[in-house]
Amino acid sequence: MALVLDGISKSFSLADGSVVDALSGISLAVADSEFVSVLGPSGCGKTTLLRIIAGLESPTTGTITLDGERITGPSPRMAMIFQEYSLYPWRTVIDNIEFGLEIRGMTREERKKRAIEYLDLVGLRDFAERFPYELSGGMRQRVAVARALAIDPAILLMDEPFGALDAQTRNKLQRELLDIWEKTRKTILFVTHSVDEAVYLSDRIVVLSPRPGRIKEIVPIGLPRPRERTGVEFARIRRYVLDHVENMAASR
Amino acid sequence: MRYQRVLLPIILVVAWEIAALAINNPFILPSLETVVPILINPFSASFTLGTGSLAENAATSIERVGLGFLIATAIAIPLGVLMGRSRALNDFFDSLIEILRPIPPLAWVPLALAWFKIGLTSIVFIIFIGAFFPILLNTIDGVKGVKKTWVEVATTLGASERQILLKVILPGAAPTIWTGLRVGFGIAWMCVVAAEWLPGISRGLGYLILYAYNFGQTNLIIAGMVVIGLIGLAIDLVFKRVEKKWFSWRGLER
Repeated sequence: MALVLDGISKSFSLADGSVVDALSGISLAVADSEFVSVLGPSGCGKTTLLRIIAGLESPTTGTITLDGERITGPSPRMAMIFQEYSLYPWRTVIDNIEFGLEIRGMTREERKKRAIEYLDLVGLRDFAERFPYELSGGMRQRVAVARALAIDPAILLMDEPFGALDAQTRNKLQRELLDIWEKTRKTILFVTHSVDEAVYLSDRIVVLSPRPGRIKEIVPIGLPRPRERTGVEFARIRRYVLDHVENMAASR
Repeated sequence: MRYQRVLLPIILVVAWEIAALAINNPFILPSLETVVPILINPFSASFTLGTGSLAENAATSIERVGLGFLIATAIAIPLGVLMGRSRALNDFFDSLIEILRPIPPLAWVPLALAWFKIGLTSIVFIIFIGAFFPILLNTIDGVKGVKKTWVEVATTLGASERQILLKVILPGAAPTIWTGLRVGFGIAWMCVVAAEWLPGISRGLGYLILYAYNFGQTNLIIAGMVVIGLIGLAIDLVFKRVEKKWFSWRGLER
């Protein structure tokens, strides 16, 4: 097991002194090269969970280990992809991809070489010298993926990365992400509120309940890829997961 | 350039000439032909009542502004970055700054004289005061405006505090800081003219136009004013040019 979450909980204290429990007792083991989605309604703390794993926040209780090693802050073995506003607008596409390598002190030539490799992977070679504001939303997220992959992390943490895109672009990027995943065999932890997206992408779906977020159910998706969104089996699983999410919403 | 842009200045010059002829009093309004020779001979000392050429006076003023502006920049940017990054430091300095900021730079003149006596230090101090606050406030704004995600991306990629400052905060705040520098320089340039009216000063464009007044040389006053305006304009254009070249991404963050 690559990534192990053990009893993660998170409480926030508000200004008026009251305490809000965002997450409670999250235990989960993610295998190497596994694609796991965390699904839940807004306010279930799924983003908080991802931020805790990324080292941007610390859990109130619980531990995170990666290959047996305890993780307490940002780990060089993980890279996070945000929903939006994550590219540096003053840097060109290639300079954005080089950012993480620059931080690690890699030489200029080495960086350039590596960045071009990942530009190719996301199909944006011709856009190397463009600036983020010259790109469409889908292209910007491809750049963000390339930047995260460039540092060669073991785990990709993705926080609703396609949430701000239109449906068509979204579907396209989902297919591309699966291609990349199959090529690179990264472990992916993917936060989304879209049932369709989770069923299309994942090996397993972790369904969280609303506040405080607890693991309601873990749904393995056995369907072979590429998955047909209009297929009978796809619809059945989709229905099953949706029922869980809707039940929770109804019982609030 | 569209002709509308030069229309009003041309009308003004023509109107000026007509009015000058009608008034026929060079002390109130000298005619164009007494002003132009001064402007087209900026290196000649023969028009300036023995105070050095127009260019020499301009150079003196630019030097003074440059010095005050550089000192203001050197203090305001680091302080602004600290205040923009740290809530505690912001609260610590903020009330003092809010009290000092509305005081016009020229209100500092008597105190400047008391502290630094007559001379370069007093002038530079006034300019410093003029340039300092716009640079500081814009730097704070710029640093606060740096998107949280930009910093978090760097954090997750393993950046140190120093790397975050140099590679995220400063470039992210740069367009707003640049605006502060531009506004600060504009105010500094206004301040130098007035600061050169301090007693004991014997060079500079501000000094020149006041000196010209004492001799009733209104044509020299106007020539001096034109030069003050043109230099201010030229420097502002340089600031704008750089802004367009380097900071065109501002407002297009996505």
